[in-house]
Formats: sequence, structure tokens, C-alpha cells
Amino acid sequence: MSWFRKEKRGPKLQPKKVIPDNLWVKCESCGEILYKKELEKNLMVCPRCDYHYGFEPFQYIDLLLDRDTFVERDEGLQSQDPLKFVDRMKYSERLESAVKKTGRNEAVVAGEGVVGGVCEVQFGAMDFSFIGGSMGSVVGEKIARSIRRSIEKRQPLVIVSRSGGARMMEGIFSLMQMAKTSAFLGRMHELGLPYISILVNPTTGGVTASFSMLGDINIAEPGALIGFAGPRVIKQTIRQDLPEGFQRSEFLLEHGMLDLVVPRKQMKNTLVQLLNFMVD
Amino acid sequence: MNGQYLDFEKPIQEVVQRIEELRRIARTEDLELNEEIEKLGKKLERLRVDIYRKITPYQRVQLARHPSRPYSLDYINTVFEDFIELHGDRVFRDDPSIVAGWARLSGQSVMVIGQQKGRDTKDKIFRNFGMAHPEGYRKALRLMKMAEKFNRPIITLIDTPGAYPGIGAEERGQAEAIARNLREMILLRTPLISVVIGEGGSGGALALGLGNRVLMQQNAIYSVISPEGCASILWRDDGLKEKSAKALKLDAESLKQFGIVDEIIPEPNGGAHSDFEAAAASLKTCLATHLKQLSNIKPEELVNQRVEKYAAMGAYSE
Repeated sequence: MSWFRKEKRGPKLQPKKVIPDNLWVKCESCGEILYKKELEKNLMVCPRCDYHYGFEPFQYIDLLLDRDTFVERDEGLQSQDPLKFVDRMKYSERLESAVKKTGRNEAVVAGEGVVGGVCEVQFGAMDFSFIGGSMGSVVGEKIARSIRRSIEKRQPLVIVSRSGGARMMEGIFSLMQMAKTSAFLGRMHELGLPYISILVNPTTGGVTASFSMLGDINIAEPGALIGFAGPRVIKQTIRQDLPEGFQRSEFLLEHGMLDLVVPRKQMKNTLVQLLNFMVD
Repeated sequence: MNGQYLDFEKPIQEVVQRIEELRRIARTEDLELNEEIEKLGKKLERLRVDIYRKITPYQRVQLARHPSRPYSLDYINTVFEDFIELHGDRVFRDDPSIVAGWARLSGQSVMVIGQQKGRDTKDKIFRNFGMAHPEGYRKALRLMKMAEKFNRPIITLIDTPGAYPGIGAEERGQAEAIARNLREMILLRTPLISVVIGEGGSGGALALGLGNRVLMQQNAIYSVISPEGCASILWRDDGLKEKSAKALKLDAESLKQFGIVDEIIPEPNGGAHSDFEAAAASLKTCLATHLKQLSNIKPEELVNQRVEKYAAMGAYSE
């Protein structure tokens, strides 16, 4: 049966060709093999199935604000650990490793910039790679300060939400950030200043149930998961399969929770167009 | 309201049963056992003090969910007078997991809104285990606005495992309903007092909870997530609920220290369910004090107070 036996391998004479493993990617959604450069040029949207890949805060800043107009604010705010929380690791260590991984201090980047040549806006974009974009005291405070600056400077507010919800490791403090951000939005609402909320994949929990759903205009990218409870929790509760497309942008549009579903490529134009209607 | 005991209450149950037994014997055999009964009564009191003093965070959670614990309607019918329930959100339907209406507190007319759990199986299903749909929150907001219109104070009683996670709830905008309540409650130009009387379950509790004053009964809990949910996400094991209950610091005392809760309303030894009249009286006194303190504050100031109160909440450094 020797013909089944593996040949003993000798030393390889030719070095293996080095192929950069990140040159091609397989689309998570449709399975199409995509040239990565092409995907990047297409704003991380699959040209075949229109799947919108996750975008980082600074990618949204580049996408939506005029070039070199963004000035970051409150970047020095840092989470404390009011509960001295430990699960499988200490919360303080979890924070450290998130800072190391993302190069940012927290799960939202906030500041101000210009949209469409004239309109100065307060702008925030959440970072899902920082502990799931979860909202603790710093995220709440940075959003609240952005709203306060909107009020003081009488500027519109634009926030890109991308978050799993409240940050459990800050316990009740994270829950109260829903109250804090909504409180300032209440103030802003009274003053007639526009707030455009952009929801991207995924936005759930305490973030959806506070500032994300309170836009004068709520816009989502196509196919984003948006909801209060996560699909797994709902499935466990009702013990039924969830309908196709449940909690996706198009589902929310159909049920009246969104004003618009806008592809990433057209997001800036839409933003400029809308602001022009609402700002003098 | 008595009759059900938690595991750690078993020693109490034994003594209660012995007292009952002795009473029965005394009656049927015509024996003089008063001295014995009195002794046991004193023992029961000591036992209650001892057990409840050493209560663990998860036992506190069990107490907050105790099947015999007084619910909103129990308090509404005892602490308040002339309650008339008002129904519906004017959009979709009436949500029985939130009850609301006009009532009087020591003669003063107020709007009272409470999350309601059910007692027996049928009632539990009717009340959806105290988990509101969006229409519940919208009804609450409609009636809070009505109270504002007629310059009447609002009292909310919080007792929910959380907002209901279901298909219909998502379709009708659970997140939007909660978010809107948060924004609108802040702006109410009338006094608002929120009391956590049992389970303060996350966003579903907060959506009725933005009071000028937030009060909490001694054995109530208030948390961003249930200890079971937290354990299953962070430890991937919902058996670790004791550990996560401790880590979440969801008891009244911790929350008072954090400045989230303004006052703890004392409960009788053995919890609110062991002596409902005492628990109700204690709630009534506390409500009256805070209502009086808020009654002379101007509407704009009430709003400012609320914004500043919630703006100050957070733990960060610069």
C-alpha cells in the first residue's frame, strides 16, 4: 500500500512566494472575492451586494466633513472605574487594552467642523471597536458637551451612532448617560437647532433608546442593525424565529422610525441638502 | 400578602409556622400558651433583623422581585385616595403593564403612574410581567403632559424587569418611545418624583424615572442590566448572578452614595411584604416631604434643576 503513503518531504528549494494576505477579501455578506483596494475606494461598501462594512470615526469625519476642517474636542476625557468593576478581567485593564487597540481614549470622537463649505457643525462619531462602542460616562459626557456647544454656538449637531448600548462595567452611571444626553437634547430641542442622527451598523440598546432616536432627522445606512433589544435577547424571550430583515434599516424605515435610508456614498450630499433646508 | 418565602427566609418561615401552630393548639386544646407565643414573637423579630442585616446583593435582588412584594396598585390604593385610572396612548392601545391616573395624596391632586406586575399567572400575563411596550411609555408621557397642563405634580412608581424585548415592541419603536420620554420628562414644567419600589430594570425603568427627586425603597434595586443578563454576557455564565449582582452595585445604599438616588425609604424588618401598612406609611411620609419641598419651586427652575441633576452624573477625569 505504499502508494498511499506520504512522501517524506525534503527541504524546500524554492522559497514560498510572499502573497500579502490582505490583498483580497471575501465579502462577509455575499461571498464575492473583492480586491481590497477596490473595496476601500468604494468606501468599504461591497460593489456587488452593497454590504456596508464598519467605518471608523475618522473615516466618517473624512466622509462627511470638509477636508481639514475637523477640530477634535474633549479628547482627554477618560473613563474612571466608579464600581471598581471586575468580570473576567478588570474594567481598568479592559479600558487600557481598548485604548491600545484603537489608539483612542474612548468610544466616541467628538469635535467641530464644516459641512458643504459654509455650515459649521458639532460632530461626533462612535467607535465600535472600543468596547463595542458602549456608552459609559465619557461617551455620555462628550455627547452632552457637543450638544452644549451646539447650543452655545447655535450650530447644528450631527452624530454617527454605532454602539452595542450602555457599558455594563459602569453600572448605573452608564444608564444615567441616557438621561444626561437626552436632557441636553431637550434643551436644544427648545431652541430650534437642528440635530441629524445617523445610525450605522449596529446601533442598539441604551444608545438607540436615547440620543440616536432623537434626531430631528434620523438617517441610517442600508442594512444596519438598529433596535432596542438585541435579536438574540428577543429570540430567547419569545422563543420564535425572527422575521427576515427584522431590525434592519429598511424595516425601521417601513415602520416609521427613520426618515431616510441613505447609502454611504450619498451620505454627505444628503447631509448638505438637509442642513440647507434647516439652517439660514 | 404573605405566604411565600425565599430560601434565605426559611428560618423566618419556620418560626412563623411554629407560632401559628401554637396558636392553633391554644385555641383547640384551650391551653394557655401566650408566654410561649410571645417568646417566639420576639425571636421572630430578632431573626428578621439578623437575616436582613446580613443580606447579600443577590438576596436583595430576590427581595426586590419577591412574589409577595407590594406592587404599584397596592400602594396607589393605600397611599393615595380617589384614584381614577386613565387608559391608552391614543395611538395604538392601552398597555396594562403601566397603570396611571389622577389621585390625591393627602388631599392634593396628583398624577400617579406606576409599573404593574401581576400576582397570579393570569394577572402576570395580563400585565406582561411588568414589561411595558412602547404604548405603555407613550401613555405615561401623554398623562405626564396632561399633569403639566393642569399644573399638577407627577409621581412615578418604578417596578419592572425592563422594557419588553419583542417583535411588536421593536416594530412600534421601543427605543424611540423610551428616548422621547427621557427628553420630554426633562422639560416638564411641574414637579416630578420617581420612586423605585421593586425592580428598576434599565432603560425600561429610566423611561419613567427622571424625577426632580429619585427615591428608592430600602430593598429595591436599580441597574443598567439584570444580574443574570450581565453574567451571561460578561462571564458567559448566567450561574454567576451572585457575583454580577455584587459587581453591579445595584442596591439603594450604593446608589445613594453615588448620588443617583436622593433618599432611601425605609422598609420594615423583613421587607415591605412582611408589613405592608408600615411600608405604605413610610412611603407616604417620604412622598409628602419631597412634594412639599418641590411645591414652591418655579416651573423653569424645576426644569433647570432636572437638567443640572442629570448633567452631573458620570465618573470621568480630564
